[in-house]
Amino acid sequence: MTQMTLAKALTNGMRTAMESDPKVLLMGEDVGKLGGVFRVTDGLQKDFGEDRVIDTPLSESGILGTAVGLALRGYRPVCEIQFDGFVYPAYDQIVSQVAKMRFRSLGRLPMPIVIRIPFGGGIGAVEHHSESPEAQFAHTAGLKVVACSNPADAYWMVRQAIASDDPVVFLEPKRRYWEKADVDETATPVPLHSSRVVREGTDVTVLAYGPMVKTSLEAAIAAAEEGTSVEVVDLRTLSPLDMGPVLDSIRKTGRAVVVHEAVVNLGMGAELAARISEDAFHSLESPVLRVGGFDTPYPPSRIEEEYLPDLDRVLDAVDRSCAY
Amino acid sequence: MSVAAATTSYAARRARRAGAAQPPVAVIPGPNDEGVQVSHVTADRAPEALESGRDGPRELVQLLTPEGERREHPDYRCDLDDDAVRGLYRDLVLTRRIDTEATALQRQGELGIWASLLGQEAAQIGSGRALRDQDYVFPTYREHGVAWCRGVDPLRLLGLFRGVDQGGWDPRDSNFHLYTIVIGAQTLHATGYAMGLQRDGAVGTGDPDRDAGVVAYFGDGATSQGDVNEAFIWASVFNAPVVFFCQNNQWAISEPIERQTRIPLYQRALGFGFPGVRVDGNDVLACHAVTAAALQRARDGGGPTFVEAYTYRMGAHTTSDDPTRYRLTEDLENWKLKDPVARVKAYLTRGGLVDDTFLAELEAESDALAERLREACLAMPDPDVLDIFDQVYAEPTDELVRQKGEFAAYLASFEGASA
Repeated sequence: MTQMTLAKALTNGMRTAMESDPKVLLMGEDVGKLGGVFRVTDGLQKDFGEDRVIDTPLSESGILGTAVGLALRGYRPVCEIQFDGFVYPAYDQIVSQVAKMRFRSLGRLPMPIVIRIPFGGGIGAVEHHSESPEAQFAHTAGLKVVACSNPADAYWMVRQAIASDDPVVFLEPKRRYWEKADVDETATPVPLHSSRVVREGTDVTVLAYGPMVKTSLEAAIAAAEEGTSVEVVDLRTLSPLDMGPVLDSIRKTGRAVVVHEAVVNLGMGAELAARISEDAFHSLESPVLRVGGFDTPYPPSRIEEEYLPDLDRVLDAVDRSCAY
Repeated sequence: MSVAAATTSYAARRARRAGAAQPPVAVIPGPNDEGVQVSHVTADRAPEALESGRDGPRELVQLLTPEGERREHPDYRCDLDDDAVRGLYRDLVLTRRIDTEATALQRQGELGIWASLLGQEAAQIGSGRALRDQDYVFPTYREHGVAWCRGVDPLRLLGLFRGVDQGGWDPRDSNFHLYTIVIGAQTLHATGYAMGLQRDGAVGTGDPDRDAGVVAYFGDGATSQGDVNEAFIWASVFNAPVVFFCQNNQWAISEPIERQTRIPLYQRALGFGFPGVRVDGNDVLACHAVTAAALQRARDGGGPTFVEAYTYRMGAHTTSDDPTRYRLTEDLENWKLKDPVARVKAYLTRGGLVDDTFLAELEAESDALAERLREACLAMPDPDVLDIFDQVYAEPTDELVRQKGEFAAYLASFEGASA
């Protein structure tokens, strides 16, 4: 058991994957000598060489397009997109090529590619550095989408994503990179595509992932002081969704609030609300509520703290759900 | 051999040529001429910025004229024997027949659409026959002739256009990737695959059975795509063993080459740091020689080459297109005089290299192939709609299993349903 930051947990997870499988390659802008702009790949090029940790041209479509070719040759590329807002130049390669290759080849050509994306706001960045594009990828058949929220999950989930024979969009909560927690590198991890109750409660279920898990846990502590018992589920996997723990929780509490930074319109909350109403309609005491980004582009950073869902907005939704 | 080592050996080769008056990247060794500076490649001459993309085949590598006469070239030599040339002619004839039959099948409603290669047979057969087994090909959706060279049953090509699959052949068997319809995307796949070859030690070892290269096919329209330009950059900076084989057929659906470029396409290679060469795309011998040299350069660790096969799309873009709306009959008539198949026949018959028996047997083979294709195409079964749920991921997700089950039950609920 070692205490480490979420960023360091990712580094260690990738290091372990590279040690155990020589076909694992890292590629991205500044991932080599610099160790990535967030230092998530720090030291890996030094240890594994320039052939396995590749500083690429500034060319996101190139990163994903060449990753397709490398995967066809038997490699397992782990691609870093430097910031969420930079993934769109690679969108065609991800959606039209990576996601569909297995399907259009009648299952013959797997695409074991991991697309790491630091996502979400809260770090005072300039525009295009604070976005939450997860729903766009979760909407694409052929991709899998996961988001880690803490160092232990970061370590195990990145290893599991690399071992997956399906392409995985791996979302990293960039504002939580520097948060520390214990990581047991000898533990037995839960499956990659599983959701988990991270705080038990009886009155309301809060569904969150990535950076909003911590916010939701803080809201649950505050709610408890006011006498409301909030259960928090860390979704972890956004595609496929793991509805089992979600529905179990809602059958217990009868109420659900979904929290994410991404805009609410057609976001993960919309899908969750639909699935909950389909599969747990008779357990619901109130409509599923959503707390998320407004339907605007991400705002300038001086007002992002007001824009981003925070403890108070989560509590407000919890109150509304209970009062219904 | 590691990538670093491959790069070193390339650098060493460059250093050996350091005394040459021209930039070393200008050199593309022809099969008959190891490393002598040549005049027709991009890098040893300044780009003429305002030269039209259509402007003239004056730097064209040509080994067989439209009249069927052999030409010598200082840097490229046809080293194929008579049997091999007869083989190329057979490939050309059969490929054209596949194309004609597919167009007919579309006209009769058996295919949803067909992308004809009419006029581009020599570019595809010439380059396709320069491949070795271990080389790998990334095609567009029009490389029916290259598929033929790779041993892909043409029936498998029809599946995509009939709508029964999205690529029915196994690329691992033929080293011929699935067709790519999003223009230019496959050039990056080719470059990535080539980077994989470097990492596998399959480049520059000197072992002719091991060293491999990749050919990325694309057209003139694709050269305007970002992905193609990114592929050029990646291949260049990583010295990847890839041949960018551009069939400049003058038309991107209705848009002429002038809408894609202000300079001859092959000259663009200079800006990316590797050689470009323009070859008569209707000359199967020249296409073979130029591609063989470029592939060997790639296999040897010499890096990428851009080949512009200067040709003409004699048919429509696809069977849904109507070229009479945007181009002149006169153009087509002029290009018919440069037909890629007729010139080889003229060469073979004039030289007494084929007799009537050969030609009659080839025609019979061609008829039989067309008949088999037609019958097999009509007999091609529709896929089972319930199979689609199983091919999205390595294992179907719980949600897909649920959807499949519910849909199967729904289908079975109809009277007389077989499920």
